[in-house]
Parts: sequence; C-alpha cells; structure tokens
Amino acid sequence: MEFKNANELLALCEEKNLPVSEIMRIREIEFGETTSEIVNKKMTRVLEIMKDAAFSPIRQPIKSMGGLIGGEARKLSLHAQEKRGLCGELLQKAVTYAMATLETNASMGLIVASPTAGSAGIVPGLLLAMQEHYDFSDEEIIQVLFNASAIGYLAMRNATVAGAVGGCQAEVGVASAMAASAAVELMGGTPKECTFAASTVLMNMLGLVCDPVGGLVEYPCQNRNAAGVANALIAAEMALAGIPQLISLDEMIQTMFTVGKKIPAELRETAMGGCAVTQSACEACHICR
Amino acid sequence: MSFISAFDVMGPNMIGPSSSHTAGAARISYLAQKMIEGPLKRADFILYGSFAKTYHGHGTDRALLGGIMGFSTDDMRIRNSFDIAHEKDLKFSFTPNEQETDIHPNTVDICMENEKGQKMTVRGESLGGGKVRIVKINHVQVDFTGEYSAVIVIHQDTPGVVAYITKCLSDRNINIAFMRLFREGKGDIAYTIVESDGKLPENIVPAIRENPNIHEVMIVQM
Repeated sequence: MEFKNANELLALCEEKNLPVSEIMRIREIEFGETTSEIVNKKMTRVLEIMKDAAFSPIRQPIKSMGGLIGGEARKLSLHAQEKRGLCGELLQKAVTYAMATLETNASMGLIVASPTAGSAGIVPGLLLAMQEHYDFSDEEIIQVLFNASAIGYLAMRNATVAGAVGGCQAEVGVASAMAASAAVELMGGTPKECTFAASTVLMNMLGLVCDPVGGLVEYPCQNRNAAGVANALIAAEMALAGIPQLISLDEMIQTMFTVGKKIPAELRETAMGGCAVTQSACEACHICR
Repeated sequence: MSFISAFDVMGPNMIGPSSSHTAGAARISYLAQKMIEGPLKRADFILYGSFAKTYHGHGTDRALLGGIMGFSTDDMRIRNSFDIAHEKDLKFSFTPNEQETDIHPNTVDICMENEKGQKMTVRGESLGGGKVRIVKINHVQVDFTGEYSAVIVIHQDTPGVVAYITKCLSDRNINIAFMRLFREGKGDIAYTIVESDGKLPENIVPAIRENPNIHEVMIVQM
C-alpha cells in the first residue's frame, strides 16, 4: 500500500475506507516486511519516550548544554497553577510540553526526533495535552502517531525536513503540520480534513527561517516549538469546523520546498543571520563559551 | 528511492540535542568501531566544518566517544561517555580542523587503535536526521550507510577474490542488496563492501577469511 503524495493517500483512504493513520500503519508493515505487533511495539516506545521527555523538565528543570535555555516548562506549569493563564488549559499544556521536550533535548536527554530533534516538541506537545484534556487512551495516541508520520513522510519524500535545506518552516513547519493532522483524526475528522489542517499550517509558517543562536538547538528553537503547537491547534480547529482550503497539501509541500530553497544560506541553520547575529545573541554566545 | 519508514519520520529515538551533530556523530563512530577488532585503547577524532565549530554545545564529543564504545544513539550513557571512557582506560582526543573547508560540513575522521596495536582511520559524514555515510576507510574512498547489514572485506586486488566472496554469500543463501569494490591501486589493497537486506550469519567471517588473498573481514549488523 504505497502513496507518493497526499492525493494518492486520500484516494487510498477513500478506497479502503480507512483513516490516514491506518493506511500508514499498513504501509509500514508491508514495506518494512514486519508485523503489526512489532510496529505497534515500536510506536509504543516512541510514546513512552515522548512522555518522559515532556514531563520530566516540569518536575526537574535542567540547564541546556549551551546554557541558553532551561526551566521554561516549570515556569509555565507554575503559572497555570495560579489560574491566571491566558491560553486555556489545552493550549497551555501543549505549549508547556513542547517547551519541556526541547529542554530535555538541549540537555542531552532522550527524545524522539519528530521529524527532527529541533522540532521534537510539537507532535508530543499537542497530542499529550489532548490526551489529558479529552482522556484519550495510549492506544488512540499511538494510532494517530502513524497519521503524523504519514504527513512527515510526504514532506521528507517530496520536499525536505532539514533546516539546513529548507529553513525552520521545514522543521517546525512540518512538525506542526504533522501534529495538526493527527489532532484532526484524533477528534474524529476525515482524512481530507487532516490534509486541510496540514496544508493550513504550512501556509501559516511559510518562509520561517532557521537562525539558531550559537548554532545550537536551543534558542529560538524552543520558542518556535511553542508557536508550532499553537499553529497546529488553530489549523486543526479550522479543519474540524469544516473550513476547506483552496491550496492542497501537495501544493503546500511543494511551495514550502520552493520557498525553502530560496531562503539565503545565512538563514538556513548556519547561525550567520537572523536572531543568531543580533547583538544580544552574540553576547550570550560569548558567555556560553 | 529507499523506503522511508514511519520511524524515519517519528525517529530516531535519540539523545539530544541534534540529529546531525549528536545522533549522527554517535552513529558514525558506532559504525567505525564495528570495523576494527576491539577492545580499543585509543580513539582520536578530527572534526571538520560545523562539527569543528559547534561540537561542544551539541555534545558531539560525548556522542562520538559514546559511539566508539558501542553505545547506540538512544543510549543514556552517552551523557557520561567521558567518565566511562576514563574507567575503561580508553584514551581519546578531539581536534577541530577549521582549515580544511572543501569537505562535507559535518565530517569527522576517527583514528582508532586496538589493544593489539592495529590502527584504522575512518571518515564519516553526518547527513542530517541521524543519517550518516562512511566515505573513507584508511586512505580508500568508500561509500556505505550502515542502514543495511554489511560485510567489509579488505583483500588483495587480484582475480577471483570477489567471486570467492560472493560464493561464500550464496552458499549461505544471502541476498546481496548492494555491492561495491574500491581499491588503493591496481594489484594493491582493495575493499569490497557487500550490503544485505537481512541479518548476516556471524560464521560468514571465518569462511571468507579462509582465502589467502583476504586480509581482514568485518561485519556490521543493521
């Protein structure tokens, strides 16, 4: 069961009457020459790592290797306990878990690159927050992680997920598109709505540059993971409300790639432009050395 | 195009912070140590490009050292690899080389020496997303990714050796996915790298080694 683009994926969903996640899961079993039990076991491990990475910095904040981040998730969590949060419980938790995951990553903890280490907070951030808020089972979350994988696979196959090639839009942008699509399926949306949500995210994050301070996966990466979950949530909400998108997911993946290649090298993970060359960044970087 | 798995997207499971600078680095040295008989007594790392500039903040050094001790990309011991290497009495060094720029930005040379005094230098490139490529073994340009189980044979460049290797494989019903031959010069030392879909039987090593024109056989399991 192979699909090369979102159009073929939607045709398969329609023909087999299956959700995006199940098409991706069957594809994995077929082409990976493995069994349903093995792929489920591997995805169970993915969820387990995601939970540890998202929860542990809230209890035990650690300073990052480069010293630029650490402790943000705990602050957000304490702020929420004061009941003065602006975002509402779901988004507040999603942002906390996304930032926490980047703290774990930046302090040499164990994470799942989803699709990359620098964007590893978004998929778990949103899905773990939804699990708590709506009481979804682990099995339901594991199933929609295959949905997220399908969107990431399409971007990897037809464009890029490397910041060095396509900028942050290819990392955080794609991760947010993956999270949005998975969120739509989790809430009972159709495959088409999943692709609308993913397409919306890529549109809204189009052109985002990759300009890490000191060349490290810390800052502004962690902030952008927080922004990514918010973008994913907005796009999923729109799709679930029945708002269609003029531009298809396939077109947006292609557009993201085209725009990415036009981003100058200074703004593609080289730390030679954008936030990385601000005076504050250069001073902080000097300190961390 | 090779198969992109759901776990290439949702993965690798890795010690952060960077799939190219941490996970990829660990993966390169993990593959490198598979090519020489252990235990190692010394490993020297020369870092190029972005590796040379940002290796400390990305934990590239800890990851390289962890990989050389056989730790996989998701092994928590990577964090403490310096202490573990000291305990094992493994000597190591890291040298950034910022002069050489005509090279893939995330490149490392790993010079290894085992307790028997055998030496080997391996050059690896980290391609992003945890994917890597070994591009040089000693002075010979090679190309393999470690995504498949591989047999690496160092032999004399002489007729019949490759036929002998493939016969050893076919006798054990091993299907060859890719096979490449590299040599230092005509009649000189040559390297045959055979990649296979499944796990390779360990007894393939002594079987291939029986041929007098074969100097060394190494196996890198997927």
